[in-house]
Amino acid sequence: MINIIDLHKNFGKHEVLKGINTEITKGEVFVIIGPSGSGKSTLLRCLNLIEQPTKGDILFENKSIVNGKTDINLIRQKMGMVFQQFNLFPHMTVIDNITFAPKKLLKMSKDDSNKIALKLLKRIGLESKADSYPASLSGGQKQRVAIARSLAMSPKVLLFDEPTSALDPEMVGEVLYVMKELANEGMTMVVVTHEIGFAKEVGDRVIFMDDGKIIETGTPEILFNYPNHPRTKEFLSKVL
Amino acid sequence: MKNELSLNRYLNLINKLKYYMIIIILIGIIVVILGNMDFAFLNKYYKYFIYGTINTIFLALFAVLFGVLLGIIISLMKLSSNKVMEIIGSAYIEFIRGTPILVQLYIVYYGLPKLGIQFPDIKLPLIGMIPGDFIAGILTLSINSAAYVSEIIRAGIQAVDKGQMEAARSLGLKHSTAMINIIFPQALKNILPALGNEFIVVIKESSIVSIIGIQELMYKADTVRGNTFQPFEPLIVAAIIYFILTFTLSKALGIAERRLKLSD
Repeated sequence: MINIIDLHKNFGKHEVLKGINTEITKGEVFVIIGPSGSGKSTLLRCLNLIEQPTKGDILFENKSIVNGKTDINLIRQKMGMVFQQFNLFPHMTVIDNITFAPKKLLKMSKDDSNKIALKLLKRIGLESKADSYPASLSGGQKQRVAIARSLAMSPKVLLFDEPTSALDPEMVGEVLYVMKELANEGMTMVVVTHEIGFAKEVGDRVIFMDDGKIIETGTPEILFNYPNHPRTKEFLSKVL
Repeated sequence: MKNELSLNRYLNLINKLKYYMIIIILIGIIVVILGNMDFAFLNKYYKYFIYGTINTIFLALFAVLFGVLLGIIISLMKLSSNKVMEIIGSAYIEFIRGTPILVQLYIVYYGLPKLGIQFPDIKLPLIGMIPGDFIAGILTLSINSAAYVSEIIRAGIQAVDKGQMEAARSLGLKHSTAMINIIFPQALKNILPALGNEFIVVIKESSIVSIIGIQELMYKADTVRGNTFQPFEPLIVAAIIYFILTFTLSKALGIAERRLKLSD
């Protein structure tokens, strides 16, 4: 579904991604782990061109999204993104947060989009919060609404950028639960995370990144239990 | 009990008006110290001050209105990714902020007619005739104010969290849609209080246009000085009126700002 070919990204002189090659297939939960500064968030943000890659190519459904010929806004509608800092729109109610994009982009009527939004809210257990403003929600609730907001566009793939890193420990579970459910329904997901437990349980494939390169790729069982590379072993010995 | 309540209310009122009182008492002291101050001219000339005050408010209102419109354009130019636009926007701001408003006024009032740009009298419904030099005054104040307003707007927009734009774009929204629907409404909360301050600044700066003969408060005070041969007292009256205008406005802004914060 997504092919990443020799992807490079520089911030000024600093090279953050040094040639990434990998592929994300439909229906898989693709987990990216690694120390901070390894380029894992940058890689994720390149996938929907929130960051413009310096060199290399990204194919989405076999079409390049980097060459400028494809309308990136259309691609982004099919790629939801969930941020570490939630980034809900604070001046809109929860339901307006969710329905804004479908109304604007899919020309959906207010009734239709509200129906979808309420369904999504019911699914994440926040039906009662439809008319609240984000400021009155807890971190975990905000992140669940952010997931619902991405889902409202019926994306084909969801990108998660450390979705639980800004949460109080007791709220991590409720967000991971929603993510697990999505994974079980067959949603294609790319997840940058420090939650090794989640990666083990839900991940189909895990890559370990360090210093802008993919060091090791494998299924969670193999990568976590029998890491090959010394750098992977070192990292895992610290976090496990 | 009832008396206590009304006493409380009375004290409350005094509390609210204390700044006005302090200033007026201070001025009173000055008057006593200098002695021999005579405000009897007000009986004859109070209408001059009323007329001048109305014109000052009128000038400031229009200057802020056009200043904001022009300021929005300049700030968008400065924030634009188009290099030429950005340079024009920055140059405008730097030039206006780096030259005295008196020079700008002379350039507009004496310079533009030389280039063939005249300021005709304009007739507006409800308001009536607006003389040409009035237009020149409003234009100068607007051009000047726009430079400051545009910096207020730019700062307000840039203060909105970067993640908001990223979230909007990640949903597939166009840059312009995200700007209008997501960024601007949030920026407005940062911009409005500072814009109120700009209004206060413009009220004070507007006194400069008395030089080209616009009959606002300062001009009228000068007229009274000439007519009465009293060089000092009319200026005190003008100062008090300016102060009441700006101070009332800044207090009203404080209240509005607190309301805005409450809705967060």
